[in-house]
Amino acid sequence: MTKPVNPALLSCPAPLEAADYVQLGHGSGGRLSAQLVARHFLPHFDNPSLAPLGDASIVACTGRELAVSTDSFVVHPLEFPGGNIGSLAVHGTLNDVAMMGARPICLTAGFVLEEGLSLALLDRVIAAMALAARDARVPIVAGDTKVVNRGKADGLYINTSAVGTVDPDFRPAPDRAQAGDAILLSGPIARHGMAIMAAREGLAFDSAITSDSACLVPLVDALRALGAAVHVLRDPTRGGVASALNEIAAASGVGIEIDDASIPVPRDVRAACEMLGLDPLYVANEGVMAVFVASDHADAALRALRAHALGAEAARIGRVVAAHPRIVALRTPLGAMRVVDLLPGDQLPRIC
Amino acid sequence: MKYLSEYRDAEIAKALIARIRTRATRPWTLMEVCGGQTHTIVRQGLDALLDGVVEMIHGPGCPVCVTPLGQIDKALVIAAQPGVIFASFGDMLRVPGSTGDLQQVRARGGDVRVVYSPLDALALACAHPDRDVVFFAVGFETTAPANAMAVHRARALGVRNFTVLVSHVTVPPAMTAILDAPDNRVQGFLAAGHVCAVMGNMAYEPIAARYKVPIVVTGFEPVDILEGIALAVAQLEDGRHEVENQYVRSVRREGTPPAQALVAEVFELTDRQWRGIGEIPMSGLRLRDAYAAFDAERRFGVGGLVVDEPAACRAGDVLTGRLKPPQCAAFGTACTPDRPLGAPMVSSEGACAAYYNVARYRAPDAAGVSA
Repeated sequence: MTKPVNPALLSCPAPLEAADYVQLGHGSGGRLSAQLVARHFLPHFDNPSLAPLGDASIVACTGRELAVSTDSFVVHPLEFPGGNIGSLAVHGTLNDVAMMGARPICLTAGFVLEEGLSLALLDRVIAAMALAARDARVPIVAGDTKVVNRGKADGLYINTSAVGTVDPDFRPAPDRAQAGDAILLSGPIARHGMAIMAAREGLAFDSAITSDSACLVPLVDALRALGAAVHVLRDPTRGGVASALNEIAAASGVGIEIDDASIPVPRDVRAACEMLGLDPLYVANEGVMAVFVASDHADAALRALRAHALGAEAARIGRVVAAHPRIVALRTPLGAMRVVDLLPGDQLPRIC
Repeated sequence: MKYLSEYRDAEIAKALIARIRTRATRPWTLMEVCGGQTHTIVRQGLDALLDGVVEMIHGPGCPVCVTPLGQIDKALVIAAQPGVIFASFGDMLRVPGSTGDLQQVRARGGDVRVVYSPLDALALACAHPDRDVVFFAVGFETTAPANAMAVHRARALGVRNFTVLVSHVTVPPAMTAILDAPDNRVQGFLAAGHVCAVMGNMAYEPIAARYKVPIVVTGFEPVDILEGIALAVAQLEDGRHEVENQYVRSVRREGTPPAQALVAEVFELTDRQWRGIGEIPMSGLRLRDAYAAFDAERRFGVGGLVVDEPAACRAGDVLTGRLKPPQCAAFGTACTPDRPLGAPMVSSEGACAAYYNVARYRAPDAAGVSA
């Protein structure tokens, strides 16, 4: 096998170890993000609730369990086809609580406003938040605003937190995937990231790609009857489906195989991705979830998802295997297998 | 989608694989020149499907991989200057230079922006007349016309705050350099379809004749590539060595003369360093003197920056097909996708990264790749 080498003797360009300052890639949901959490936050914050690194944490509270999650939203532009930062901030955090199988009961919202922000725009954002919370029947029970000098924030940042009650009979978690599980996706992928990119870069495609931003609580409720057969729920936000599956494979110590041809990608999204040299598997979603379910319940789960408008295009995309633990492999349309790895940082558009 | 879906048809592709397997009486070694073709081969797993019949060597046609260290270092110096907007294609941002990459320059306050076209960079210059906008003009003959267009238009518009850092390379000299190497293993080429769409096929005819190698101008979809391989294998089996055009829907023998004229108007041939390979005579493009005002190296005084391209770099052996990545002592140990020592480990389509991932899948606990 390979013999050890002295890196100092190598003449290739020096390795770029993580620099001693924050880079955008630290927020990408890829390997740099994982390193940031593991090296800088966990050594100080570690506790049993946080340790599983789920979408939400479970805490005990006088005889029952609560799911708690928090998320900050820094999207640019603030308004995009299919939503705005307000609706996104509600959906994103409710979805995180829902991925633990919990029922969200309340939300909080913190706002960082930049001097000069249009109040009309702020009103539209707040109205969208209120509508999203009302649709989910979850009240926003606490809030905070801070204003910073012009140039110190990108218009508006929102942090939301949510609390939910844990359902003792329905406790999916990222470390519960088992060999043999079927992997489902609740809908077509890569819409949010491409909608944002098109809006941000002023890219004009034939049809406007809209974000999939949506509250997944009703879809989770649709699976509740399957109880313990549902092993993992995960909304593949930043880093996309590829990163989410890698995280689950690592947390559960299993291998994952997905079938490229079965992954639903809208035609216009696929075209936009190809034009920019991006892989839809790494593009963010805000209204889609991956479901790991015992294979004998897969058809029932698929039916339950498809019965709901949000899940009409749900698809079975792969399975959990005992082979190649912690590695996600993809079967190409021609039947070859390739590894779908975590990206080091942000996905960058390719030249060729 | 006409001209697209049929080139991704799994049944057609499988039939081509069967045809190649039937036709080949012995294993052949081919090189696909272009990084876009490598992308398809790796993503679709075409190399695995042809295992034992055709070995595909991933050629030096990825502009990210071959842009020399010196040019990356110049980019880092320029991008860090106050008042500069440094515009680049996205994937150049992660390529390591001597002291870091463009993403790190951005994190430290440099204004580094991703653009999708050099004309977008020119538009930035027009929108920010008080800033120096520099575009990183890399790539092969495919990107040269658009980059030439940006410079040409900047001159026509009298835009003074727009310059380009040129690191253009051309394909035929690289193919000749590979064929001239004493231990060359490449028996046939898939030439880069889009390069030929611009430049035509004619430059390859003397190479095919002189070195007796089949050269098949090939597209980028799975069926294109398999058809290109089938044509090359048929030539090898027949003992022929011709320039053939698989990519007829895009490539004419004479190429696209207006694009060639624009490139010739703005650029001239020059010797150019290739990362990991070294200098190849007359293999690059630089701005003509008439366009010197748009040369970022002159504007920022970095033309004299000399970086020694490491003479013993194994990346060069990989890019020219002399060494398979797992044969490198650093592969999977000192060099992984998280800590790349060389460009082929940086991009997921880089030859080293591709081998690394395949090895992890087939033998995840094997020594050397457990990372």
